[in-house]
Amino acid sequence: MSETVSVKLIHAHRDRFAQLTICFVAFLVCAAFVWIVSDLVRGGWAHLSWDFLVDSPRDAGRAGGIGPILVSTALILLIALMAALPLGWMTAALLAEYVSASGGFGYAVRYSLQVLAGVPSIVFGLFGNAFFSIYLGMGFSILSGGLTLACMLLPILVSTAESGLRAVPDAYRLSAAALGMSRATTLFRLLLPAAAPALAAGLLLGIGRAMAETAALLFTSGYVDRMPGSLLDSGRSLAIHIFDLSMNVSGGDAPAHASALVLIVALLLINMVAMWFTIGWQRRRIVSE
Amino acid sequence: MKPALTLIMRYMLFAIALLLGSGWSLSGNAASQKLILTGASTIAPLAGEIARRFESLHPSLRVDVQTGGSARGISDARNGIASIGMVSRTLKPEENDLHAHTIAWDGVGIILHANNQVTALSQQQMIGIYTGNIVNWKAVGGQDAPITVVNKAEGRSTLELFLNYLKLKNSDIKPHVIIGDNAQGVKTVAGNPNAISYVSIGAAEYEITRGTAIKLLPLDGVAASVVNVRNGTFPLSRPLNLVTRGAPQGLIRDFIEFARSEQVHDLVEAQYFVPISVR
Amino acid sequence: MIWSKHSISSPSASAEPAPVDKLVLWLLRGGAGIAAALVLLILLFVTVESWPALRHISVERFLTDPSWNPGESKYNLAPMLSGTLYAAGGALLLATPLGIASALFIAYYASPRTAGIYRRLIELLAGIPSVVYGFWGLTTLVPLINQLHPPGASLLAGILVLTLMILPTITLTAHAALLAVPGEYLRGAAALGMSRWGMIHGVALPASKTGIVAGIMLATGRAIGETMAVLMVTGNVVRHADSLFDPVRTLAANIVLEMAYAMNDHRAALFVSGLTLMLLVMVLSGVAGWLGRTRHV
Repeated sequence: MSETVSVKLIHAHRDRFAQLTICFVAFLVCAAFVWIVSDLVRGGWAHLSWDFLVDSPRDAGRAGGIGPILVSTALILLIALMAALPLGWMTAALLAEYVSASGGFGYAVRYSLQVLAGVPSIVFGLFGNAFFSIYLGMGFSILSGGLTLACMLLPILVSTAESGLRAVPDAYRLSAAALGMSRATTLFRLLLPAAAPALAAGLLLGIGRAMAETAALLFTSGYVDRMPGSLLDSGRSLAIHIFDLSMNVSGGDAPAHASALVLIVALLLINMVAMWFTIGWQRRRIVSE
Repeated sequence: MKPALTLIMRYMLFAIALLLGSGWSLSGNAASQKLILTGASTIAPLAGEIARRFESLHPSLRVDVQTGGSARGISDARNGIASIGMVSRTLKPEENDLHAHTIAWDGVGIILHANNQVTALSQQQMIGIYTGNIVNWKAVGGQDAPITVVNKAEGRSTLELFLNYLKLKNSDIKPHVIIGDNAQGVKTVAGNPNAISYVSIGAAEYEITRGTAIKLLPLDGVAASVVNVRNGTFPLSRPLNLVTRGAPQGLIRDFIEFARSEQVHDLVEAQYFVPISVR
Repeated sequence: MIWSKHSISSPSASAEPAPVDKLVLWLLRGGAGIAAALVLLILLFVTVESWPALRHISVERFLTDPSWNPGESKYNLAPMLSGTLYAAGGALLLATPLGIASALFIAYYASPRTAGIYRRLIELLAGIPSVVYGFWGLTTLVPLINQLHPPGASLLAGILVLTLMILPTITLTAHAALLAVPGEYLRGAAALGMSRWGMIHGVALPASKTGIVAGIMLATGRAIGETMAVLMVTGNVVRHADSLFDPVRTLAANIVLEMAYAMNDHRAALFVSGLTLMLLVMVLSGVAGWLGRTRHV
């Protein structure tokens, strides 16, 4: 009897120890997060103002703002999405609706997307530099940066859209088939609208990933921190601006903090909207069933 | 029946509208012609200033300046990615297929943190520090602290010049930190009281006047200053060149002539370089 | 599901598919084909660009040359390979226990409300751009380590920053794997009177092992390929590190640092760095995919 009690006691101690360790780890992670964010806020808050958001950078970014950089970032994003969205959603529609998972073509596409998802961003940068900038002659431009990012975004867009399409209840497809609708009509009128929130969530995730990207853009969209006049001009993205300020500009820490703060807040907003979409979508699905 | 086609059509229309829009804004922003300069990070800030003044004289022109080091200036000018390459050293014999146009002179100086007590280093001491034989500032008359040796990454012309001066090979050097641009060197030394590095004198003086905590050391007893680069007594000086493939023509020639003219002397001096006609 | 979607939604053989259907199918196939060809295109271009180096320089020279000095035609990638593996390995050693513990915290220890908040926080950590981690490391971690042991920019700084970056990946995948453990296992364990830790250690972790390992593989891929944050904090000296306080250069950082300045064989050698990196990550993602598949079987 006493033996089982002592074993129980040991177990209870071990349990207690495990719980303490795990809670401590959770606390540690929270502390690290708070540390990073408070550092950024403390360093950048004073520098942040409306003028900072709209002005052009002066004196290598020490003074002035990030207006043209925000414009370049937005243009790069726009190009990336315009190229990646149709391609990604087409691929997703094919994978989810038309080919079986184990078939040859479907498997090949899926496998190559899986590999693409793992390719490091700097390799995308090398590829973009060799292919878009030099081989296709786009030079250092917003266009070549955007297209390089498009390649990077493709796997995310495909996987979110595919899971969204797969989650549409089969009853939809059956009813449509019973009504004699063509598969194209079913896809465009029924399935894509039904999966729209998932598509939107994937889109926002993609935007987030693209905004955070630095390495893929260094050798494709370039460093120029002026207002871009066309898509063939070089434009500096916000992430590259932070990199440049922190590495190459002494006395650039305050604007770098402020730019990092702007970037993080933008990403937070995007994440929140994405999450709101996903939750709304799940709720709708529950109601509709 | 048609939604697929309509969707595709709409998308195409949107894409075309965007491209046209950007084309329109291209003419609207008046950049009907473009010059691209790439190369040495030392020249890039100066070239940027010159470019802005040149643009104000030629409203229909846009000049983009990208940094990337002298080696890239050479290669981009060669394969035509850039209209003009920027090279912060004299051309090597194997590069004589390119035309060099000197726009200013610069020196390479040793920098320490402003609080470092060391005021001068002999060539031998510098070789000792950079090859890892001297590892403490105490050995060269400073405080008792380990030396942080900052070296430049491959391909930088400051590196080539510096190695040449000390008659070392890059593989002999035992660095603790490797940096890219001049500005990063200045920033690294300003942030570490025990670091030593070498950068463009122009870049260093520019930073010193902005209150950055670094100081330039004299070389062979000659103070590292624009004045001594100007009168040619400073041992580590170099030309800042614009290079072109073939003889420059049209706008490229105009730009190079403008960059070599007296109209930009104030810009050259504001960056702490030496204008060509003065020397 | 009894019928595959394919058979449901293609009307029986009696009706010839509408022409628009055929068109759409071909369009979709074209799009997917482009998407699939992208990997090959990337591989092709990176290989073509590194070809000059592979032709001039024998493969073993990338491992046996005395140093990495492209200016003197010495192309030893081994120190950078070791730097990459040290940094990624160190980060994994730290992030794996932390990540799994975080996942356990969310799944079994925290109240639903706390768990929700903590999960959101982890998702936010996952969303912070790598350049911001690098910047934070540069301004906060490096000076701290410099006080401990100069010069501060070191393998240790790289490992710490990478740990923060891959922690969310490990946590989120481990949490998903834990959620997939069938409820009756846990209820059965509870009915046997097992303690909470006994339940986790004896039932939940073994049942979710493959999922967790696949997540760790993903995180490894990310750690190996990470560029900017590592570049900013590790000092970038090409050398085998003897201690945590030595500076190192990773393969990815090497590309960013020298690419803009490289020509000819040097440039090609940097593409070889990229190719090596890509192959490493491809092998890893292959292993992760294989693990993921065996879990479902």
